[in-house]
Amino acid sequence: MSTIEERVKKIIIEQLGVKEEEVKPEASFENDLGADSLDTVELVMALEEEFETEIPDEEAEKIKTVQAAIDYVTNHAND
Amino acid sequence: MFARIGGTGHYLPEQCLTNAMLEQRVDTSHDWIVERTGIHQRHIAGDGENAVTMGVAAARQALAAAQLAVDDLDLIVVATTSGDRAFPSVACEIQAALTEQNIPAFDVAAACSGFIFALSVADQYIRSGTYRNVLVIGTDVLSRLCHPEDRNTIVLFGDGAGAVVVQASEQPGIISTHLHSAGEFADLLGANHPKRHGDAQLDALSEAWMYMKGNEVFKVAVSKLSELVAETLTANGLSAEDLDWLVPHQANLRIIKATAKKLKMPMNQVITTLADTGNTSAASVPIALDVAVRDGRIQRGQNLLLEAFGGGFAWGSALVTY
Repeated sequence: MSTIEERVKKIIIEQLGVKEEEVKPEASFENDLGADSLDTVELVMALEEEFETEIPDEEAEKIKTVQAAIDYVTNHAND
Repeated sequence: MFARIGGTGHYLPEQCLTNAMLEQRVDTSHDWIVERTGIHQRHIAGDGENAVTMGVAAARQALAAAQLAVDDLDLIVVATTSGDRAFPSVACEIQAALTEQNIPAFDVAAACSGFIFALSVADQYIRSGTYRNVLVIGTDVLSRLCHPEDRNTIVLFGDGAGAVVVQASEQPGIISTHLHSAGEFADLLGANHPKRHGDAQLDALSEAWMYMKGNEVFKVAVSKLSELVAETLTANGLSAEDLDWLVPHQANLRIIKATAKKLKMPMNQVITTLADTGNTSAASVPIALDVAVRDGRIQRGQNLLLEAFGGGFAWGSALVTY
């Protein structure tokens, strides 16, 4: 069973087409990983599907880095 | 009894608005537009053109392709949200231009999904045995609803018309149509009518341009279209391998790719015209259909999945054996 962190990173690698070593905790999707605004929308949707949760738009806007994505999913894992 | 597509046609205005021309008008760039939308240019209706004239041109092509005399039509259904008048309908004006027969003609307003909704209406009338020959047109001039300096909308929308002649047949045909609406999303995408009375009159024009919250529309569109294509296949006991072509609404290449990915269909089985046309709203699906029929990609007997999503929100699909 993969950890939340591994699953989040796997989705980021798939969605943004980036290399594993680029997906550092502090990496910003838009500034470091080359994502545009639609990529981040698609990324959030992929996270929603993987973790069977719904991320409200106002929360989704705050998910700008790898760590923010991991934190969001970790904090809502038991919702 | 089935409703079969007898002929198709389309019309695109001559003048084009390229990404390079848009770079001169607003703060945007060719690369930015192409990466996010896949659009390279749009056709823009000329001074003497409108939803009626474009619809008539597309209709004449479709009638010729179906080898049907205009006086043999039983009904005209026009999908549009950009007619010049509140009434008469665009459909009535198109009827007047085409025929002296007093056949029923009416508009269907479902924004970008209008053609699918209108096709569904035609399908019901033909299946019930009420009518045998129905002209279905999608025609829109949404470029005229976009504020000239709003880069959120002017990069997306172009003008055009598409038409199909739908006819009663023992052969299938439109297999099924699936329609959905969700009015609670009205604030994400729309265009108001200018107000005609009261204190707000002077502000009327500034409130009448199209508005769109692109990222939020994108998200709902991708998720609803994924559900819709699955629903369409399940309802008919089919899988994506049974489809020959996906003919999607041409809003945004990223949305189209997401839907194709959901279906696991390669992009060479997806008809796209948006690089050349932009989003032509209700006209986009019948334009794409006609383009692929005329260039020989779509052949008789093949299975097509038509789908669209747009303002309302309203979204819908049609499974068609061409």
